[in-house]
Amino acid sequence: MYHLRPMVPGPENACAVEASGLCRRYGPRWALAEVSFRISGGSSVMIAGRNGSGKSTLLRLLATAIRPDRGTARILGWNVETDREEVRRRSALLSHHSYLYEEFTALENLQVPARFLGRDASRGALLPLLEEVALADRADDAVSTFSAGMRKRLALARTLLQGGEVVLLDEPYGELDPPGFRLVDRLFGVFKKRGATVLMATHLLERGSALCDDGLVLEQGRLAWFGSARDLPRSGGLDPATLPEGIA
Amino acid sequence: MTELLAALHKEALLQWRSRAQLLAVFVFGATALLLFSFAVGPHTELLRENAAGFLWLGLLLSSTLTLAEGFQSEMQERALEGLLLLPASPQSLYYGKALSNWVQLSLLGSALVPLMVVLYDAPLPRPFALLGVVALGSAGLSAPGTLYAAMTYQARSRQTLLPLLFFPLVVPVLIASVKATSLLLLGDPMDQVRPWTLLLLSFDAIHWSLCGLLFGRVVED
Repeated sequence: MYHLRPMVPGPENACAVEASGLCRRYGPRWALAEVSFRISGGSSVMIAGRNGSGKSTLLRLLATAIRPDRGTARILGWNVETDREEVRRRSALLSHHSYLYEEFTALENLQVPARFLGRDASRGALLPLLEEVALADRADDAVSTFSAGMRKRLALARTLLQGGEVVLLDEPYGELDPPGFRLVDRLFGVFKKRGATVLMATHLLERGSALCDDGLVLEQGRLAWFGSARDLPRSGGLDPATLPEGIA
Repeated sequence: MTELLAALHKEALLQWRSRAQLLAVFVFGATALLLFSFAVGPHTELLRENAAGFLWLGLLLSSTLTLAEGFQSEMQERALEGLLLLPASPQSLYYGKALSNWVQLSLLGSALVPLMVVLYDAPLPRPFALLGVVALGSAGLSAPGTLYAAMTYQARSRQTLLPLLFFPLVVPVLIASVKATSLLLLGDPMDQVRPWTLLLLSFDAIHWSLCGLLFGRVVED
């Protein structure tokens, strides 16, 4: 049902995601400062950190939604600044913004990206995606009538449709009910089964560390911790005083 | 081409869903034409002479409403960013939006023509040629208008900013459109419609090519 584009190697023997001295500023404030890490292909990484620590900025930079002010990042070897189209072909971002059209129905909101991607935009091809996120019975209802949780479900279906080799999930559990949480867990498994590299920003530390291989903690825009998700500081960056010595 | 078709399909659907707004914009344009006639007073000859100018002013004022609204759906949930990240080329998104605005403005202009004839007692010897000029003039407004609407949409004072940037840029298009329309309405003894129309075409070509190139820089970070 879901198709992953054939893996095309990047310009060099590349790891899936690589950031080197990544910086991004909003006005006088640095949202990200000197963030460097490497993530190997097929792995999953949880990004933790308090509100405003730079999680969304990092994911948006990697997805090429915004540009870094300094430093570089590469997705499958492609530079996020100079090879934007290549990066975009290989990545999918679930953003804070749903990327949906309020006036369109749930089905039409999937048909629009499907047409741009040159995929089958027929009802028959897209209804299974809506079934996957439990919205098939609302396929013909306008998004403007949807609750925040339903919009999130539809945005998840859109991310599934896009099918990137690197999937960037920004607070996927946000606004969802408990069945929605289980849905995200299941979709996370779908992405992993496809062989995708998944980066997920979340505040649900227990849930995230159970799903992900590695963890990454941001604190005031800086990388405070990177390691196995099982060893992730329980604070998840919420309290720098409790972080292991020397990394805060 | 696939992307342009996808963009056009999306725009057609958006236009259809917001069709009630087109009626509101038409009413605005019609009101503007009516107010111009009140401002001039019961001077039939004066109204007739200025009919072309009033028509294009009405269309220009109405265009700022439709152009600004055209990006509301794109920016509300950052749907435009979502399309760019697919990736969809900024050019296909621009030309989809600009073509849609062109059709909308052409329809609006065509709907205002009969009103102009009635309100200003303007003659209409060459209706199809006039509709052609309306289409060309609308093209000259919609191309830069789409670019500036995208540029100003996220600004806090966009209602002021859009006309401030847009009006000076389209003055040449406006002059050429008014001259060509006026000649078609009042007679063209020196056969001047052709050069004015060619001038209008040249401005259209410049605007449509340049704005398409610049759109990516406007909507991308």
